[in-house]
Amino acid sequence: MSVNYGSKRIVVGAHYGLRDWIAQRATAVLMAIFTVVLLASLIFSKGPIGYDLWAGIFAAQWMKVLTMVVIIALLYHVWIGMRDIWMDYVKPVIARLVLQVFSIAWLVGCAGWAIQVLWRL
Amino acid sequence: MPELAKKRPEFRNINAFTDLTTYRLPAAGWVSILHRVSGAIMFVLMPFIIWMFDTSVSSEVSFSRFKAAFNSGIGFVPGWFIKLVALALIWAYLHHFIAGLRHLWMDVNHHAVEKKTGATTATATLVLSIGLAVVLGAKLFGLY
Repeated sequence: MSVNYGSKRIVVGAHYGLRDWIAQRATAVLMAIFTVVLLASLIFSKGPIGYDLWAGIFAAQWMKVLTMVVIIALLYHVWIGMRDIWMDYVKPVIARLVLQVFSIAWLVGCAGWAIQVLWRL
Repeated sequence: MPELAKKRPEFRNINAFTDLTTYRLPAAGWVSILHRVSGAIMFVLMPFIIWMFDTSVSSEVSFSRFKAAFNSGIGFVPGWFIKLVALALIWAYLHHFIAGLRHLWMDVNHHAVEKKTGATTATATLVLSIGLAVVLGAKLFGLY
């Protein structure tokens, strides 16, 4: 068993970074697919883009589910990105903790709002 | 005791104002830092994005409020400012999207991470994202 505590702990090989790295890629692919689907439904629509057409895109159940998944993916993706930014530029532990907690609250609040808008359509 | 050695040069953390401004980044460096900047912009403006989603999609009434915000402003905020913020988001999304695709490609292709290919795709990313942002921005501000 490898030592995972103290001064001799092994800091690589435990998937510390890989999990988040791959999660950021996977969520990115999801969001890219969503972007293409949304753009396609706008570009291949007929007539002027008004309320009916725009809201109609999100009316289908599969689109609601896809959008919901994308919102959750976005939440995770942005968390990893913002955490990386704080880790790179903010060194004092207390400031970093405050900013990270703020990021979580900000993102969860935003996701809650977006999900509410989506499912009351 | 030996004589004190000549004072050795100290290398501290870089200074954002005196050091960073002297750096000359290659195209890939610009794509990289702008990937971060564009991500941070979208993080900060996320409530505005959801506000746009909310007002544009919730009802006919809110949809017209959404359009009015861009044309004649909302509250004390003028319409041109809303358009400017929207344009910043358009650029941020374009850059993050294209640079992100470049990232994914570099993850799976050894050829993509070569110096020359990397420089070419980085330049292409910058040209595409800024070019598309200009075209869409001109449309947004009614230039055509």
